[in-house]
Amino acid sequence: MNVSYQWLSQYVDLQDVDSRTLAELLTRGGVEVDAVESRNAGVSEGVLVGYVKAREKHPNADKLSVCTVDVGAGEDLQIVCGAQNVAAGQKVPVATVGSVLPGDFKIKKAKLRDVESYGMICSAKELGLNEKMLPKEQQEGILVLPADSEIGRTIQDFFGLADEVLELGLTPNRSDCLSMLGVAYEVAALLGRDVQLPEVNGALSALANGDLSAADHVKVNIEASEGCSLYSARIIDGVRIAPSPQWLQNRLLAAGVRPINNVVDVTNFVMLEYGQPLHAFDRLRLSEGIIKVRFAREGESLETLDGQVRTLQSSMLVIADGEQAVALAGVMGGASSEVTAETTRILLESAKFAGAVVRKTSRQLGLRSESSLRFEKEVNVDAVMAALDRAAVLIAELAGGTIAEGIVSASTATTDPLTVGIKLTKINDYLGTSLTGTEVQAIFERLRLGSQWSSADDAFQVTIPKRRGDISRDVDLIEEVARLYGYDNIPTSLVYGDTTVGALSPAQAVRRTVRRTLAGFGLDEVINYSFTHPQKSAVVPGVYGDKPAVKLALPMSEERSVLRQSLIPHLLDVVAHNRNHNQADVAVFEIGHVFVTDEEKLSKLPEQPLHLGLLLTGLMQSAQWLQAGRAVDFFDLKGVLERLLASLGIFDVTYSLHAADGFHPGRTAQLTVERNGQTVVLGVAGQLHPQVQQEQDLADTYVAELDMYVIASLVDTQIAYRALPRFPESKRDLALVVGREVASSTMVDVIRQVGGELLQSVQVFDVYTGEKIDASKKSVAFSLVFRHDDRTLQDEEVQSIIERILQALADTFAAILRS
Amino acid sequence: MRERLEALQQAALADLQNVETQQQLNDLRIQYLGKKGELTEVLRGMAQLSAEERPLVGQVTNETRKAIEDVIEQKQALFARLETERRLQSETIDVTLPGRAVRAGALHPLNKIIEEVEDIFIGMGYTVEEGPEVEQDHYNFEMLNLPKDHPARDMQDTFYVTEEILLRTHTSPVQVRTMLAKKGEVPVKIICPGRVYRRDDDDATHSHMFTQIEGLVIDKKVRMSDLKGTLLQFVKQMFGEQTQIRLRPSFFPFTEPSAEVDVTCVMCKGHGCRVCKQTGWLEILGSGMVHPRVLEMAGYDPQEYSGFAFGMGVERIAMLKYGIDDIRHFYTGDLRFLRQFARL
Ligand SMILES: [Zn+2]
Repeated sequence: MNVSYQWLSQYVDLQDVDSRTLAELLTRGGVEVDAVESRNAGVSEGVLVGYVKAREKHPNADKLSVCTVDVGAGEDLQIVCGAQNVAAGQKVPVATVGSVLPGDFKIKKAKLRDVESYGMICSAKELGLNEKMLPKEQQEGILVLPADSEIGRTIQDFFGLADEVLELGLTPNRSDCLSMLGVAYEVAALLGRDVQLPEVNGALSALANGDLSAADHVKVNIEASEGCSLYSARIIDGVRIAPSPQWLQNRLLAAGVRPINNVVDVTNFVMLEYGQPLHAFDRLRLSEGIIKVRFAREGESLETLDGQVRTLQSSMLVIADGEQAVALAGVMGGASSEVTAETTRILLESAKFAGAVVRKTSRQLGLRSESSLRFEKEVNVDAVMAALDRAAVLIAELAGGTIAEGIVSASTATTDPLTVGIKLTKINDYLGTSLTGTEVQAIFERLRLGSQWSSADDAFQVTIPKRRGDISRDVDLIEEVARLYGYDNIPTSLVYGDTTVGALSPAQAVRRTVRRTLAGFGLDEVINYSFTHPQKSAVVPGVYGDKPAVKLALPMSEERSVLRQSLIPHLLDVVAHNRNHNQADVAVFEIGHVFVTDEEKLSKLPEQPLHLGLLLTGLMQSAQWLQAGRAVDFFDLKGVLERLLASLGIFDVTYSLHAADGFHPGRTAQLTVERNGQTVVLGVAGQLHPQVQQEQDLADTYVAELDMYVIASLVDTQIAYRALPRFPESKRDLALVVGREVASSTMVDVIRQVGGELLQSVQVFDVYTGEKIDASKKSVAFSLVFRHDDRTLQDEEVQSIIERILQALADTFAAILRS
Repeated sequence: MRERLEALQQAALADLQNVETQQQLNDLRIQYLGKKGELTEVLRGMAQLSAEERPLVGQVTNETRKAIEDVIEQKQALFARLETERRLQSETIDVTLPGRAVRAGALHPLNKIIEEVEDIFIGMGYTVEEGPEVEQDHYNFEMLNLPKDHPARDMQDTFYVTEEILLRTHTSPVQVRTMLAKKGEVPVKIICPGRVYRRDDDDATHSHMFTQIEGLVIDKKVRMSDLKGTLLQFVKQMFGEQTQIRLRPSFFPFTEPSAEVDVTCVMCKGHGCRVCKQTGWLEILGSGMVHPRVLEMAGYDPQEYSGFAFGMGVERIAMLKYGIDDIRHFYTGDLRFLRQFARL
């Protein structure tokens, strides 16, 4: 809603309140003013209405004319003009020498092709007027003003440019401020002043036509009561369609509404004034004059004012003349009954259509208008008749008609005014204030809410005017009191009650540990979008197999049309992005939700596990003056995971070779632990399949994806202290030659099993393949540590265990001790 | 005898005075104190002395030996020191060369802000609650006093999956779920951080996915002044002790009264600058008293209980705090961006 300061001052005394102050007052009161714009783009006083007395061709230039212009200053001005449409007898805007136009364009005496020129005849654009708001014929060339324009009047005055427009950013509840009077009530309440309503009744009787009864020319039937609770109509006869007077056009221009003709302009003016949309039919183009408000028939068609033929649905409300639909109720009029230059008799409609119905219709047809916008938010039923009367008077005044006797109306529901009760103590308890009954009473009075205060009951009975449809409960009244009292005046306090203990949940604390640990290892944390391309969710299908992705009903683009099932595809995008900025070494992680379902169309919420994704590529260690760079490999990734999980007390993870689509079949492991006889899967870690790497133009890339909920469930923060050993340890190294396919972890398992309690630890410290041994074999070297808690071990004891271990390894893996 | 010892001492000390190398020192030690050295030579004459003279000469001999040994020791220490100095000199490195790289990663700036906010409210006795990002219309809208076709749904253009399932547009459904889970128990004191989604074209200030933190308190006699006091305490901890708040009436379907909360501009401390459009204030929070309909639907009798709620956009706070000019940076994984936050 754009509010003209000058227009508003017709209803509320604003003499000591300038537009900036007013904007601040409204904003602080809860009606936010987004901007205050001057209507004057920079036209100075010396730009005047002039009369072109004569137009001659320029002696030296075909496209120029030399005009003699009277600007009411005594002496006529000679002005050279380049516009094609300038002609003798026109009234035009003239920028005289010394005046200034928008863009700080100063007008000087000039000589054009040897002819002197004392000023400039201006176009709408040169005056800084919004051309789109002007009638077509005024958009091209110089701006031709109405013939009755007063010579010598300033253009500032003519277009009412000494005005500012406040652009309101209204919240959905304050649709009362979609009207000048609504804003006036608000401003009056904030300032504690009166509202001056337009005077209608006197003019109504003066313009009445006693020979004509509206009831003879229109009948009204509401057949769809759920779509319309009140419909009223007046007949205005003998009108002459013409442009509106300039003052009216200026009001509309200030509000951002394009002037069309006197009748249409009045309906728009009154809509802006009262917030009540009106529609003018050409009564003589309605064949029957029997208005029926009904729902459309499925498939019924109607040509609307914009020339489009619309196919209607049964949920849409129409105004019919007899059987024929002639307008889309509250949304747009029909072409067949449109007011034209020949129109003489007007049927003026003012009604309350149901917001939800108008909303649905305008959505379905993609038609939103100033009118539908207001109906959608429920118009003030008390303004329906008042706006009808006001518009009838203005049409009769400006288009020279008379008003037929009476209003023809039908209503399907009358509602009693709403009364809301509230106790003073509730107000104070709710706000933390200590207002008195008198203070609150004064606030209700400023808001023009009828209130009755009973000090015995400590309570108010407040009658809510229909224009404030947003007030229906006690808390709404509390907000009104708080607003007018001033939010700034509400004290600050802290919540009563027992102190509570704040804390993260264990799972949340684990998440923080994981993030800090990984950052400590040198991985950067990223956050990626949840939406992705349908093909992207399948880049590494190994994580979630071939389950359907959750699809958005109306995606904004295919690139973001499904929800991610894995974190890995977007981690790959991070690599691509950074490679484009010359950064090929990437080590990143993300903790975020993925979305998993078995359903093609969701009947319930999808699974939304929280995943941890890791990615390493490029150099693990960048080349430096003291060391060569080293490319990442599987064991960098595994080292990160092992250390991370160990820091959470998860030591017994099994990494088993794992075949998963999208992963390198020989360099990928599944991570599992055994708990209560069950195998629990933590996730997968490995190299991307070389084919995927090639398709995505990636270097060797190692990724892992783990389930954070599973990790959190396994976390063991209990540290069990073991006494320091009192007896020395005995250390043995063994190098064994086995087939290449033998997993070292299975050898460790055998060593542990045979080694028993005395074996404190076993570690792989070397793996060798090469020319010194058979090509199908590898040598794996283990370091074993033995210790007895209560005595020093004898060499012979250790030796006998070693021999048993060797035997077991030989039996199980055909392992041979490397000489 | 005595004279010979004195002469020997003098000669030895004079020789030691001029010694310059370890080798010379070793030679002199042997020359004077060695088994075949001069002092030994002198002592051989002791046999001819009388029993009375012997102790006396013995004493002088010891003094002489001690005097020579002391000087040798001093010289020895000096040479050792010089030797060490020489060695250290030769070991000198270019300390201006860079150190051996230790990898350190950066936590994401949005998560840093979330943690900061969480910690402040945890300190005030709040717990952190979370909920699903794909949510039911029921929890995201209806239970928050936003029935279907409510005009205020336009404020939050929504990504739907089906008619009943959507991407949550705010973290408020977590509040609803928490209240329902509490089954009328008080106090409720929670904050809910999380990702939310709205149909916005991505540009420098809009993102279809962004991050919110909301808070909710429900108890007996919770007042709007408590909301003001709580938020004031929060912003002072978050943005500094001088920070003030200013509330402005606004509208949210799930609160009444509702308020936008302006905070003293973090850039200019309230003096007025480009960021705050010369007002000295920045709008960073929405808040209000929980609407009685919301309480009712969640199983709390509005006659008995009241509450307040507030919410803020994490991206906005991060952008203000760090001076970030484009919201898309948070989501592109650009290491040049992320690594600027590798600090505690
Ligand atoms: Zn500032």
